[in-house]
Amino acid sequence: MADTTGGGRARFIDNLGKVYALYTLGFLVFFAFMAILEQIGVGAQAIGIGFLMFTIAIYAVIGWLSRTGEVDAYYVAGREVPALYNGMATAADWMSGASFVALAGGVYFGGYPYLGFIIGWTGGYVLVNSLLAPYLRKFGCYTVPDFVGTRYGGNTARFCAVVVLVVASFTYVTAQINATGTIAAQTLGVPFEFGVWLGLAGIFICSMLGGMRGVTWTQVAQYIVLIIAYLVPIIWMSNKQGFGIIPHFSYGDAVQRIVELEQQYGLQPAAENLAGVSVLTNPINDPAGKGWSMVTLAICMMCGTASLPHILMRYFTTPSVRSARRSVGWSLTFIFLLYFSAPALATLTKLQLLDPSLATSIIGKSIEEVANLAWIQHWTSVGMLAIADQNADGILQLNEFFMRPDIVVLATPEIAGLPYVISGLVAAGGLAAAMSTADGLLLAIANALSHDLYYKMIDPQAGTSRRLVVARILLLFIGAAGAAVASLKLTGILGAVAWAFDFACSGLFFPMVLGVWWKRANAAGAVAGMVGGFAAGTLYLYMVYTGQMEPWWGIDHIRFGIIGMPVSLVCMVVVSLMTPEPSKEIQDMVDETRIPTGAAILAREH
Amino acid sequence: MSSTDAGAREGHWAKTRTLNTIIMVLWLIFAIIIPYNAASLNSMTFLGFPLGYYMCVQGSLIAFVAMIWIQNWRQDQIDDEYGVGE
Repeated sequence: MADTTGGGRARFIDNLGKVYALYTLGFLVFFAFMAILEQIGVGAQAIGIGFLMFTIAIYAVIGWLSRTGEVDAYYVAGREVPALYNGMATAADWMSGASFVALAGGVYFGGYPYLGFIIGWTGGYVLVNSLLAPYLRKFGCYTVPDFVGTRYGGNTARFCAVVVLVVASFTYVTAQINATGTIAAQTLGVPFEFGVWLGLAGIFICSMLGGMRGVTWTQVAQYIVLIIAYLVPIIWMSNKQGFGIIPHFSYGDAVQRIVELEQQYGLQPAAENLAGVSVLTNPINDPAGKGWSMVTLAICMMCGTASLPHILMRYFTTPSVRSARRSVGWSLTFIFLLYFSAPALATLTKLQLLDPSLATSIIGKSIEEVANLAWIQHWTSVGMLAIADQNADGILQLNEFFMRPDIVVLATPEIAGLPYVISGLVAAGGLAAAMSTADGLLLAIANALSHDLYYKMIDPQAGTSRRLVVARILLLFIGAAGAAVASLKLTGILGAVAWAFDFACSGLFFPMVLGVWWKRANAAGAVAGMVGGFAAGTLYLYMVYTGQMEPWWGIDHIRFGIIGMPVSLVCMVVVSLMTPEPSKEIQDMVDETRIPTGAAILAREH
Repeated sequence: MSSTDAGAREGHWAKTRTLNTIIMVLWLIFAIIIPYNAASLNSMTFLGFPLGYYMCVQGSLIAFVAMIWIQNWRQDQIDDEYGVGE
């Protein structure tokens, strides 16, 4: 990869299957090695450190080998990533710390409305595939604002797209750096603030030298780690506890059993709430009357998926339009593997705690007995879990068990009594998920600023090396800013991620989609759509979040895209129709975008 | 530049648009209508799951994956038919 001559790179691309098969094998051997170390008595902390150091070292090596001085390689990985591997890279790019660490916990505590995340984060790919990815690939752009700027013409539209992109992606990246820091701090036993900067250093190694090329090949490696780390514990736990060999198709009985147990215990709120931890009050399966809240969440997440630049730009890296489409198919296939496992994990973990016929259950046991469990002590000591005998009967009730939703996935191996090596694996997986998403987001922001703001708008004469230097300096600054904000711990992981999707869909969804599907859309309309939608959504978020206004129709702060998107659509259509239609040149360009063959709209290096 | 004439382009785009419309309708059903009505679907069971719950955690997801692959397979056919496939 380091070899920038055609021959060296071609050899690497031809051997991808072999390289990554060997890598997967190596990772499994390392896992086995760690398991043996645990058997001979090496401590839990040493194993955790081993997992994090080993995986980060591999990502760093890949990042170093992928270093490049070419614009094309830096921005779009030379447009030579095969569909299958781009699918894996997109899946890693996509599945963030939120998906890996927080999603199952959200479903565990939130019940049916939170399944909106599951539907939303998969169904969005149907929109990506139908409405955008193949057409953007044909366009041949480097960044998302590059498409907006060229399709509509004019720097105003390009600038608006940059602003929306930066706000959405920056919100998202702070959540990822937060997740990276949480995991690093947990596993290495260092303070959170230090963990954040440590995680950031790892992220830079992957993205600084090789740009999109480096990020692509590390993301493939990260996908392999994260999917192994998600599936192994579920399947292991299921076999150990007798839920079936592959639990995904057989946990229906577990769902029904939990419904019974919930009725038996009753889902009362805690007598006294404890800060930072939650009690289980939402039933696992009671959708009656909650359809609206589920569907509005799903819509925001789906349209956000189709507007988030770090995902869309992954489809710029394939060799052709057809392979861009195919890689959307692979992306969702790989993402599906994790998303259809998350509810299974949430259900089985919940059953293990609730069902008195299982050895792992804690509800209904004496407080004293539960307080002596190793995993309870571990998580209580870091403030992520609490038990409190609030009715003073000496028995743990369902509403006396408090837990932070974010830790469900991390704590599951311990709850099920699996060896510590599994917890180490899960930590490595969570880190891979958070790092890969942070890489993609930081690159999306830095590339938009360096390519669209600096090169296209400020200094169009800048030479290649200067452009790449600017891109890397921006990357450093944005990463540092993200880490600084993350260390303030303003929001939880899942909340900040949902905001990012809402920002993106409020500002970018309709201007992007109509850019391909409505020839009459013009620059004035696009600007109105971006500004109107983004401003309306942001204002609504501000008013609702600060409590100055009651939410309309139950649309709370994590669903504000439902307000932003219609405003964006109306502004865009009305202003487009009131102003002259786009030039013949632009209309021809749209026609050209719609067929797969022929040259890209933008030159290969621009 | 492509050698296709304007008529072929229009035919290609018309078929592409129809395919897209079908997929969007299916998307609407699996992503919005079915999850919205999970409560009434729960009276049925499938593989031991309440059906509404099953659709939200697996059924619709499987439908999404299948929709993308089928759409791409069909779109490739359309592209080849009009000589604009790669």
